[in-house]
Amino acid sequence: MKSVTIVGAALAGLSAARALRARSYDGRIVLVGDEPHRPYDRPPLSKGFLAGTLTPTDLELSTEDDEALDLAWRLGRRATGLDPMAREVVLDSGERIVSDAVVLATGARARRLSAGPSWPVGGAVGGVHTLRSLDDAVALRKDLRPGARLVVIGAGFIGAEVASTAHGLGLDVTVVEAQPIPMAAQLGPEMGALCARLHGDHGVRLLTKAGVLGLSGPDPGENVRAVRLDDGREIPADVVVAGIGATPCVDWLVGSGVKIDHGVLVDARCATNLPGVVAAGDCTATYQPWTGRVRPREHWTNALRQPEIAAATVLGRTAPSPPVPYFWSDQYGVRLQFAGHYRDGDRIEIVEGDTAARRFVAVYRRDGRPVAVLALNQPKLFGRWRRELAVPERCAA
Amino acid sequence: MLPVCALSDLSPGEAVRVTAEGMAIAVFNADGTLYAIDDTCTHQDASLADGWLEGCLVECPLHASCFDLRTGLPSGPPAKVGVRTHQVVVEHGYIHVRVSTRENALA
Repeated sequence: MKSVTIVGAALAGLSAARALRARSYDGRIVLVGDEPHRPYDRPPLSKGFLAGTLTPTDLELSTEDDEALDLAWRLGRRATGLDPMAREVVLDSGERIVSDAVVLATGARARRLSAGPSWPVGGAVGGVHTLRSLDDAVALRKDLRPGARLVVIGAGFIGAEVASTAHGLGLDVTVVEAQPIPMAAQLGPEMGALCARLHGDHGVRLLTKAGVLGLSGPDPGENVRAVRLDDGREIPADVVVAGIGATPCVDWLVGSGVKIDHGVLVDARCATNLPGVVAAGDCTATYQPWTGRVRPREHWTNALRQPEIAAATVLGRTAPSPPVPYFWSDQYGVRLQFAGHYRDGDRIEIVEGDTAARRFVAVYRRDGRPVAVLALNQPKLFGRWRRELAVPERCAA
Repeated sequence: MLPVCALSDLSPGEAVRVTAEGMAIAVFNADGTLYAIDDTCTHQDASLADGWLEGCLVECPLHASCFDLRTGLPSGPPAKVGVRTHQVVVEHGYIHVRVSTRENALA
């Protein structure tokens, strides 16, 4: 193994480079990233960075130790194609990088509102945002002026965190969610409803079963004035944020022969269907034994840890076990942490604390075994329960 | 010196957080040996006193970074810099911390 090209220079890409070097790989590493920035940490983009308490420097993931990684950077360069036979990555600059192995770590991009009957198709509407990148956060922050009316579309984690941060900045915030209960798929209906009450606790309106038809009124180039719902209501808005999920960045792989199914399809070793090509992080999808489906696993912790498996596979070493899924969210001063995986029928028990006080630990059991834990403002007990969780069934894909 | 708690109130494997002058310090009883470090993880806002203690390492309760209680140094990402360490003094069965004045007390 003389050369590895890593496509994607965010958490997963940088983690892959570190993991290769940690396993004594001393060949060439090219790291390609389509953003102009060095690798940075995304979770604070909806929290401290959006609130203005953190700077871009605070978000940098690289350390002085990373100088020793000796990486050949290609920042601000987008990969446009992959020839798997030659293991050649083609960049938008025209450069063609041939290497012995390729790590796909291109991540995901924010899903955008799709054009409806009343949408200004093709025209950018002022005040309408998604949040995924540093540049997105900089643009959104400029629009979050105290007293402004913000409508957040989608009550998932990004939406809830943006609502919380904007509320703290003095905006008048409304969250609209198409589903009857936010985050029911991740946390179950009971706990999803409980966590969603954080909005109301703080005077933020949450409208559920509220499908969005379009944005009201504006001509192209004008600022948004309202969000139009499918029940006829119009919610006045000076700023709109769509937190409606992410799409893996895999378009560039179409025609390459890499198998795509909700993302780059990988097995438990991060191998794709092509030899010498592995993938890790948000661009991937894998078979989930607990749902019986192929799904992406878009969590920060996964982007940090999964590349270790990918690196081991590239080098022909024994891959470490996949970590138990874990994510966290900070909303309205409440720290929410979840580990494991929820499935319909899991029995949920509050093992500590008080849901009314928004400080508790809930354990999810399946066949009597703990398979997931949710904690609000109970980080210490969460850490203990997290280590008690049943190890996920071996991935069969 | 900053008073913390009675020695008998900090069992092995436990940690306690004390604040003084806007600064939070975590004191650990690692199998009978006491250590004090800055309480806030250098990566993101999390209290290390809530972390998982294993030997001389504490894992941040939010992320994977571990800090060595003896040196304050992180074991690896996402934390980039260490936390300060402070001297622990036990007098008449009561734990005190001598707060380090150095900006960065890495060993």
